[in-house]
Amino acid sequence: MNLVRTITEVSERIVETPSTVTLRFRFPPPAAPGQFVMIWIPGDDELPMSLSYTGDPKGVTIKAMGSSSRGALSIADGTLVGIRGPYGNRFDLSPSRVLLVGGGSGTAVLAPAAEAAARKGSRIVAALGATTGAELLFEDRLRAIAESVEVATDDGSVGHHGYVTDVSRRLLSEQSFDAVWTCGPEVMMQKVIAAALPRQIPVFCSMERQMKCAMGMCDACALGPYHVCTDGPVFPSHQLTALPEFGRTKRDSSGRRVPL
Amino acid sequence: MADLRTTVAGLPFRNPLWLASGIWGESGNSLKGAWDAGAGGVVTKSIGSQPRMGYPNPTIETYEKWGMLNAMGLPNPGIDEYPQEIAVARAAGAAVIGSVFGADADEFATLAARMAATGVVALELNLSCPHAKGLGSEIGQDPDQVRDVVRAVKRAVRIPVIAKITPNHFDPASLAAAAESAGADAISAINTIRALSIDVQLRRPVLANGLGGLSGPAIKPVGLACVWQIFDRVKIPIVGVGGIQQPDDVLEYVLAGARAVELGTAVAFEGIGVFSRLARELSQRLDTLQVSRIEELVGAAHTVSARS
Ligand SMILES: Cc1cc2nc3c(=O)[nH]c(=O)nc-3n(C[C@H](O)[C@H](O)[C@H](O)COP(=O)(O)O)c2cc1C
Ligand code: FES
Repeated sequence: MNLVRTITEVSERIVETPSTVTLRFRFPPPAAPGQFVMIWIPGDDELPMSLSYTGDPKGVTIKAMGSSSRGALSIADGTLVGIRGPYGNRFDLSPSRVLLVGGGSGTAVLAPAAEAAARKGSRIVAALGATTGAELLFEDRLRAIAESVEVATDDGSVGHHGYVTDVSRRLLSEQSFDAVWTCGPEVMMQKVIAAALPRQIPVFCSMERQMKCAMGMCDACALGPYHVCTDGPVFPSHQLTALPEFGRTKRDSSGRRVPL
Repeated sequence: MADLRTTVAGLPFRNPLWLASGIWGESGNSLKGAWDAGAGGVVTKSIGSQPRMGYPNPTIETYEKWGMLNAMGLPNPGIDEYPQEIAVARAAGAAVIGSVFGADADEFATLAARMAATGVVALELNLSCPHAKGLGSEIGQDPDQVRDVVRAVKRAVRIPVIAKITPNHFDPASLAAAAESAGADAISAINTIRALSIDVQLRRPVLANGLGGLSGPAIKPVGLACVWQIFDRVKIPIVGVGGIQQPDDVLEYVLAGARAVELGTAVAFEGIGVFSRLARELSQRLDTLQVSRIEELVGAAHTVSARS
């Protein structure tokens, strides 16, 4: 863990979809797929972001949600940002055949994991979901390394008309996998787990919570007995399904429980 | 194995290593986690009357080894929501010390009564947050206000009251003396030291709030001096806080006059395992020093210095 913040230039800004942007930057400390950094946009906020590129240059892929992530979207090439990390745990890249289920911008953290696993010889099957075809993230990146990529959209503009979990449930029943990696809305991940559990396939979920210190101190990211920043963000499903709050509540900035 | 048990204000603790306020202590599960990891007592995040979001990020700036700055801005879920968190920690058998902050004596007293009703063993009054307007050390800087707050709280509760003192004052011991005169049962010292970090390239403060509070190894000598001077001024027990990471850090505080200590930044640097490691190493260190009970050493450095 690199404790000290590095000020670095955004070397490239890539518009991925109408609502997501990737920022690439030089940040030398070694990082593994699954880990995240705290990215500070001076004058605005500092946000936890999973690395969507773990090599050099590193990158994060930001979706416009809150006002600060919208601020991050408008960043230009050459802007100075502060980066600290990488923090948190990583995906275990050893399973030989992996089903990847990405909902919306959740695919950002799965893509580098899939690439790294594929380089080591793992076979990857991907199911990606988005509201509409134009919002599908990293489809080309995954097609380049995966055995197959299937997509689902809420509006039916591309692929299956419906949820990505319909697709992943079918894939789980038709094919065999050693592990499932998923990131997206918690209700989506719950459905992924429910389909994989009877087949005894381990599911690993990348979780998102409010973060402040990112080093296991302030309790902002408390999730049951865990801190997402140090015990996660990647959790095996059995740790999550035991928590009454999984898929239901998160804590706001004050630490109060609020509905997801 | 040396005996690490200690008593503070009549309350027994299995060891003198407490979790400091603001670290892990916002959720009941984390308080339980720190207790299960071996902490002798666990102090909650400072809780106020209303939910408070705290300051925007960046809220911390970390240095390589010697500490960190924070300006969290006292985020907390508010006292209405908090009993359910305490209940989780108490169910695990934890000795929970409830920390509260307020803007005046009335607010402190109301909060203290509600916190006491959750079943905590003692209260810690945060009279010392260095970066929250109108709260914390803005009240804790003034001996008269310290006296008013402590007196009001003492009227409102029956459990022991610990006043947490700021080091951001020319004579912190006078604040402790004011708390004692109003009936405080113990003093804890110190909270963080007001501090600032500026990024040269960006020409701006790093923390969103600008000013923050320094914690970690860098502040240990300051904390020690405060405990030393407070020990000379008051009779009530002292809980030492600031920069503790190693067994000898604990012993320095004890020799200066502390009956217990609190750990904050060490939890961030080392993880929650710091409690069991320190308890083990502290006990071994006392064995080597041929001290059978840690309580024998409380304030012991004062007698030596008086003689020499
Ligand atoms: C992130 C952080 C949050 C804190 N929050 C509180 C708080 O809510 N109430 C309080 O009395 N002290 C708070 N403190 C101060 C600590 O309890 C402690 O007094 C200080 O950090 C010095 O101890 P240390 O060097 O072991 O960290 C906080 C400290 C840190 C680092
Ligand atoms: S963000 Fe502070 S404990 Fe995880």
